[in-house]
Amino acid sequence: MSAEKNPDHPKPASAPVRGFALIGGAVVVAAVAFAYAGGWLTPSRLTPDRMVAALGDRGGNPVGHRRNHSKGMCFTGVFNANGQGSAYSTAPMLATGQYPVIGRFAIAVGNPDASDIMGRVKSMAVRIVAPGGQEWRSGMNDTPVFVVSNPKDFYDLTLAQDIDPATGKPDPAAAKRFFATHPASAAFNQWAQTAPWTASWADQTYNSLNAFRFIDADGHDRVVRWSMEPAIAPEPVAKASLAALGPNFLEQDLVHRLSAGPLTWRLVVTFAAPGDPSNDATKAWPSDRKTVDVGTLVIQRAEDEADGPCRDFNYDPTILPHGIAVSDDPLLPARSSAYAKSFDLRAAEAADYPAHPAGGRP
Amino acid sequence: MNRERNQFSPLQRVLHWLMALMVLAMLFIGVAMVSTLKPRFLTLVAIHKPLGIAILALVVLRLGVRWRYGAPALPADLPAIQAIGAKLSHVALYGLLIAMPLIGWGMLSAGGYPIVLCGSIQLPPILPHDDQLHAVLLTAHTVLAYLFFATILLHLAAALFHALIRRDSVFYAMAGFGRNRGAGEPLDNLAMARVNQAK
Repeated sequence: MSAEKNPDHPKPASAPVRGFALIGGAVVVAAVAFAYAGGWLTPSRLTPDRMVAALGDRGGNPVGHRRNHSKGMCFTGVFNANGQGSAYSTAPMLATGQYPVIGRFAIAVGNPDASDIMGRVKSMAVRIVAPGGQEWRSGMNDTPVFVVSNPKDFYDLTLAQDIDPATGKPDPAAAKRFFATHPASAAFNQWAQTAPWTASWADQTYNSLNAFRFIDADGHDRVVRWSMEPAIAPEPVAKASLAALGPNFLEQDLVHRLSAGPLTWRLVVTFAAPGDPSNDATKAWPSDRKTVDVGTLVIQRAEDEADGPCRDFNYDPTILPHGIAVSDDPLLPARSSAYAKSFDLRAAEAADYPAHPAGGRP
Repeated sequence: MNRERNQFSPLQRVLHWLMALMVLAMLFIGVAMVSTLKPRFLTLVAIHKPLGIAILALVVLRLGVRWRYGAPALPADLPAIQAIGAKLSHVALYGLLIAMPLIGWGMLSAGGYPIVLCGSIQLPPILPHDDQLHAVLLTAHTVLAYLFFATILLHLAAALFHALIRRDSVFYAMAGFGRNRGAGEPLDNLAMARVNQAK
C-alpha cells in the first residue's frame, strides 16, 4: 500500500523521509570522516600505540617506565655557552652564559631491569633551559649513525627484538634476517660488531644522529648535527669481562666518578655541506665538515631515576628553542609522537614505579 | 536584549561559524595527530596548540556577546523535551569550548612541557609539574573530545531537524538563510503534518 494513496496521510509523504535521510546522511558522513582521521578505518596504519607496544615487548616489565632506553639514571649540571653558537642560531642558551641542565644517561633497551653494562648503545638526554623558559631537549646515542632511517624500519627492527613467547627470548634469527634485508643498517651493524666496549657513560661521545637546522638572526638556516664529546678518553674493556662487573655498574661508575668532581663534555656542532643528507640518520657526513664548539656541559650530580629530577620529563628531541628547528628527517616526528605515547603511558602507571622503592634498588 | 528578533546578531553568527570551523579542525587534528608517526604529526601539533588557545579567547568574547545580545527565543510550540534538550546541549557545548583548551593547557603544564604557541611565544604553566595530574587530564581531554564530537553531531542533526522537518526559524536564526517563520508563530499546516508523520 503506497502512502500517497492513503487518505489518512497528507500528500507530501516523501518530504520528511527525505529530510530524515539527509540528517542521517550528514551525521554518518561526519562520523566516518572522523573515524578515518583517527585511523580506525585503516588498521594497518603504524600508530604510536603500535610502536610503543612493540617497544615494550622486549623483555622485563616496562610498566611505569620509558618504553625505550628504559634503564637509566638522572643527572644535573649546567651548560656553559661560549657564545660561538650565536652567530648561527638565535637559541637563547647559545648566548654566552650558564644554563641549568637536567639530563639522563641510559642504555637503549626495553627492560628497566636489564644489566646496564651489557647495553650496546648508551645514550645521553639533556634538557637545557633558558631564563625565558625556552627549552632545548635532545636525546643522543653513542653510535656514529642510527640503525634505520625511517619509522617503519624501526618498527620492524623492534619486532625482530621482541620476546618470542615460545622461548622467552628474542628469536636470534629475526635480527639476522633484519640486517640481511636492510642494507642501510649495515653501517650501524658494523659499529655494533666492532666498536670497543667500555664500562662507563662518562667516556662516550653522544651524537644527535638526526639532522636539525640552526637559524641565525637574519633568518638564514643551516643544516647541522651535534655531538657531546667527553673530556676523558674511552677505556676499552673486553666484552667477556663486562658481566662480572654487575648489572648496575654504569650507575655505580657514574656516582663514583662524580664523587671526585664534575664530568664535562664539549658540545660540538657540525655543519652540513651541500648534498649531505639531512633526512637519513643511517649515513654519516664526511669527517672534514666544519665544526664549531659552542660550549661545555658540566655534570655535577647523579641521582636514581625513581626519585630523580629527570624521571618526569619527556626528552622529545623536537622540543627546541626558537633558533633551532627540525630538519626533514622522518625519524624526528616519529620520535616525538612515540615518546609522547610512552610518556602518557608511564605517567598513568606511576604507581607501578614507586619513587622510593622499599629497600632500594638491588 | 532584543527578545523579539528571530535572528542572532551578525557578530554572533560570524563567531559561531568561525568557531564551528575551528572546533571541527581541532577535533580532526586531535584524533589524526595521536594516531600517526608521520611528518604531519609535528605540523598537526603545531596547529593544535595555538588554535586551542584562540578558541579559548574567542569563547570568552562569545559569552560576552551572548550576555550582551541574548539569543532569539525558541519557537513557542517546541515540545518541552526538545526545548530542554536544546538548552542542555548548548550548555554542554559552551562548557566544552571553555574546558577543552584549559585542560589541554593544564595537561601540558602537568607534563613538564614548554607551552610553545609560535616561535619564541610561550604560555606559562597553569598547573604544577605532576605526572599523575598529567594522566588524569589526558584522560579527560580524550574522553571529552569524543563527547564534544558526539555533541556536535547531535547539534548538527537538531539544526537540520529544525530546517527540514519542523521548518521553523531556528536554523535561519544562525544560518541567516532558510525559512524565517518568525519566533512563536505556530507551525503551518504542511510543517505540522510533517512533524505528525515523523512521530
